[in-house]
Amino acid sequence: MDVQPYGPTPRHVETFSYLPQMTPERLRYQIAYLIESGWSPAIEHTEPEKSMSNFWYLWELPYFGEQSVDRVLAKLDECHRANPGHHVRLLGYDNFQQSQGTAFIVHRAGGGPRASNVSGAR
Amino acid sequence: MAQNNGQSNGKGYQAGVKKYADTYWTPDYVPLDTDLLAVFKVMPQEGVPHEEAAAAVAAESSTGTWTTVWTDFLTDLEYYKGRAYRIDPVKDGSGAFFAFVAYPIDLFEEGSVVNVLTSLVGNVFGFKAIRSLRLEDIRFPVAYVRTCGGPPNGIQVERDRLNKYGRPLLGCTIKPKLGLSAKNYGRAVYECLRGGLDFTKDDENINSQPFMRWNHRFEFVMEAVHKATAETGEKKGHYLNCTAATPEEMYKRAEFAKSLGSPIIMHDFLTAGFTANTGLANWCRENGMLLHIHRAMHAVIDRHPMHGIHFRVLAKCLRLSGGDHLHAGTVVGKLEGDREATMGWIDTLRESYIPENRKRGIFFDQDWSSMPGVIPVASGGIHVWHMPALVAIFGDDACLQFGGGTLGHPWGNAPGAHANRVALEACVEARNQGRQVEREGKEILTEAARHSPELAIAMDTWKEIKFEFDTVDKITA
Repeated sequence: MDVQPYGPTPRHVETFSYLPQMTPERLRYQIAYLIESGWSPAIEHTEPEKSMSNFWYLWELPYFGEQSVDRVLAKLDECHRANPGHHVRLLGYDNFQQSQGTAFIVHRAGGGPRASNVSGAR
Repeated sequence: MAQNNGQSNGKGYQAGVKKYADTYWTPDYVPLDTDLLAVFKVMPQEGVPHEEAAAAVAAESSTGTWTTVWTDFLTDLEYYKGRAYRIDPVKDGSGAFFAFVAYPIDLFEEGSVVNVLTSLVGNVFGFKAIRSLRLEDIRFPVAYVRTCGGPPNGIQVERDRLNKYGRPLLGCTIKPKLGLSAKNYGRAVYECLRGGLDFTKDDENINSQPFMRWNHRFEFVMEAVHKATAETGEKKGHYLNCTAATPEEMYKRAEFAKSLGSPIIMHDFLTAGFTANTGLANWCRENGMLLHIHRAMHAVIDRHPMHGIHFRVLAKCLRLSGGDHLHAGTVVGKLEGDREATMGWIDTLRESYIPENRKRGIFFDQDWSSMPGVIPVASGGIHVWHMPALVAIFGDDACLQFGGGTLGHPWGNAPGAHANRVALEACVEARNQGRQVEREGKEILTEAARHSPELAIAMDTWKEIKFEFDTVDKITA
């Protein structure tokens, strides 16, 4: 393939934002991994223009002790439906490290994969 | 009277030369929790008994000298002396052996790895009774660890500051390492960051040369960092190298980096020295600055299997002195590094408690108490095809740096960066799914490349390049 120009810089939202939008099937694996790691799932959302802030809106409280992938999926869906124009991310609070074991984008406002940014693929 | 140093056996002071082993070989000694323990790989001169050689190392790295002196009697040398307390064979057929030495904590100034190293690897390394000598490991007692500043921020604080979770960090060293003008250099930085990297890095050789003075570089680079941050919506940084000829100049550059809003600076801890490094780490702690540490000169010290200082010791000293990132080898790239040994010092950098594990070259339990961890940096000759192995080997708390593997992309830096980011996220996703990332690496990358021509062309470019040479330094414990 000939040299491809890289387009104007697209906005990204950290982990997994360079992969195609999460499907429910792929999402299930990531939620299961989060739970198996012993982390507490939590959901945050924000208007895209405020995505740079450390503090997005917390959707309910973190789901301490939650072991059900289905319930987390349902909560993500609930948050997304109530805030259709928002980014929605899932995080895993790690109380041992006092940090987040993971945090990644689930619903990206505006949708659309960001897996490529060359003209041939857009 | 006290039988200090065993010189007199109750007969008072007697001038002359005694065997080291009479005083410094104490096989029944049980080390104290507060002792600093060290293990040396010793190759004695022919005819020198192992106990005598081990005792000589203990003596010459603590209170002893080649002859008895009357002032020995003015202190309690039984309290202050280092003790060789154990000898293990080295299983490589060389005739060398491991000598374990315990040093009382009062031999060392608090919070000074400088002082520790001056004692432990000072005169003794040129000692004639020893053909070669290598410091393999040190156990720093918790009581000593607590006197050191350590990493200015640590792994969790860095993640929180940069808002990056659940994946390794991604970086790139700007090339060519020498000769670019400040503005052209800033261009290369901008392209990498907007393409998806978290960090770019000054090459260690870059300080303030005639082709690009440091302040010009800092200004253009920070414009690139700020612009890429605003455009991508992700926090970015460039390791601005503050290594300089004098501490004054180093601090001046650090202050300027801070004034430009840089989240991170860089230092070369061995060429600049531990005094400079500890000072800069303290400055970073006070100024909320991340500190990336390069290790130029390390291979001079740590590569030879029979003489010098093992890298795990240098890594421990750096963690005590202070640094948030440290270059730690790749296992898979162009630079030396045995996998198990590398895992050993990676644990040493990141974990809070590392148990003895001779298979990984870890000779002692090491308790870091609450000292923050250091992010190991994998850099040197790596490209997208290495990504699965790197994710499997290093896990999330690492910074993977692709220099040529970003800038050498046939479409340029931004697509190169993008390719690496896609590959990274694909491997992390697959790992979390429970897939065997190393074994299934090819399928994982191929799948990801279906959505990313950037990755597809990168895989096409580098598929044939491998670095398969055996390591020079092997674990012999």
